[in-house]
Amino acid sequence: MNQITIGDIVRGDREVFPPYLYEAYQSTRRRAPALPLIDVPLTLSELTGPGPAISAITPADADLTRNAGTGGEAIGQRIIVTGRVLDDRGNPVPNTLLEIWQANAAGRYLHKRDQWPGPLDPNFLGMGRCLTNAEGVYRFLTIRPGAYPWLNHPNAWRPAHIHFSVFGPSMLSRLVTQMYFPDDPLHALDPIMNAVPTQAARQRLIAAYDHTMTEPEWALGYRWDIVVRGSDATPFESPASGEAKS
Amino acid sequence: MSTFPLTSSQTVGPFFSPALLREDARRNVLIQPETAGERMRIEGRVLDGDGVPVPDALVEIWQANAHGRYHHPADAGPAALDLSFLGSGRSGTAEDGSYWFETVKPGPVAFDGERLQAPHICVTVFARGLLNHLVTRLYFEDEPANALDPVLQCVPEDRRATLLARRESGDEMVVYRFDIVLQGAGETAFFNV
Repeated sequence: MNQITIGDIVRGDREVFPPYLYEAYQSTRRRAPALPLIDVPLTLSELTGPGPAISAITPADADLTRNAGTGGEAIGQRIIVTGRVLDDRGNPVPNTLLEIWQANAAGRYLHKRDQWPGPLDPNFLGMGRCLTNAEGVYRFLTIRPGAYPWLNHPNAWRPAHIHFSVFGPSMLSRLVTQMYFPDDPLHALDPIMNAVPTQAARQRLIAAYDHTMTEPEWALGYRWDIVVRGSDATPFESPASGEAKS
Repeated sequence: MSTFPLTSSQTVGPFFSPALLREDARRNVLIQPETAGERMRIEGRVLDGDGVPVPDALVEIWQANAHGRYHHPADAGPAALDLSFLGSGRSGTAEDGSYWFETVKPGPVAFDGERLQAPHICVTVFARGLLNHLVTRLYFEDEPANALDPVLQCVPEDRRATLLARRESGDEMVVYRFDIVLQGAGETAFFNV
């Protein structure tokens, strides 16, 4: 990473969310919007969202070590990834769908656009999903993903990560992000992670090793909590209608 | 207010399709035979700042049913629920940047105690190179209620046309065409939501 041009268009909190344009991540250059985002009132359309309905009909598939359907088990360090989904007031987000995807232990995705010569694992699809329980807790069993090369800049490698997609209760809580692993020397070299503006916000993307979650003779435990925007904002009301009601 | 700091966003990357577009996770067709309302097909392309199709985008939509009711506990009515219609769609883009949905035209939903919003569909776009998703709305070009819609009025007048889907006749149902331009000439108006 040499020169970094950072755009000023951000959705939401500038202390938390990356700018759309972050030139060190080359794919942002032709895909980042160039015109300011428009502030709009929050309405019923934004304070609702597909999360509850979709979560109610989607079956869980939370064991990535065995969900290839081959009868065989994925190769790699078996890990438990667990945590809570909370809103920004600390309330648990129950019964909501999380979808994850990741590279295999060698750093290879099962995807036609991933063609680097890392080996595929016939017993690993690299995708899973689960619902949070009533306390907002989710839990996946998987294997630790490997780092993998990409073509963003010379000798570019993505740090090991798991992609997460979260619905939550409303349009405001929709989040797609990535979970990283502690003590990875590639963090400092990764423009995608470093597009997150503050050290504190980057740190919140890193799971913690949690020995209390580690299961003897079985799997290492990692804990990672996800905090999404709550939906307790009230819909826009004009002053006139507010007076009329009171 | 926020005592718990939010988790940041990261790009969906190029490899999401096996997970997010698996057979029971993609939802191009929102309707069932018994769904009430005027059937329509939504078609469009996602284009980058050079006008080049984006073949690895994910487009999600969220809308009310034909009566103007969201399938969501925060919408208490009075419009009727349609149990055959969840209002949630998810499409990938093809090599030519195209996405599509088959749905019904949403009814108007409340803005506040007095005003309604014009019929609209919430649109969310994810892609490699988008560190955050993009949020916008699709409105219907032939809808008179657009003129009074309080959200559309927030969009500068010279950019409103980017949110109007164009009506075309289709083989089996009407088509509304809605291209999403990420950057540059004709850039879609995106919301800070």
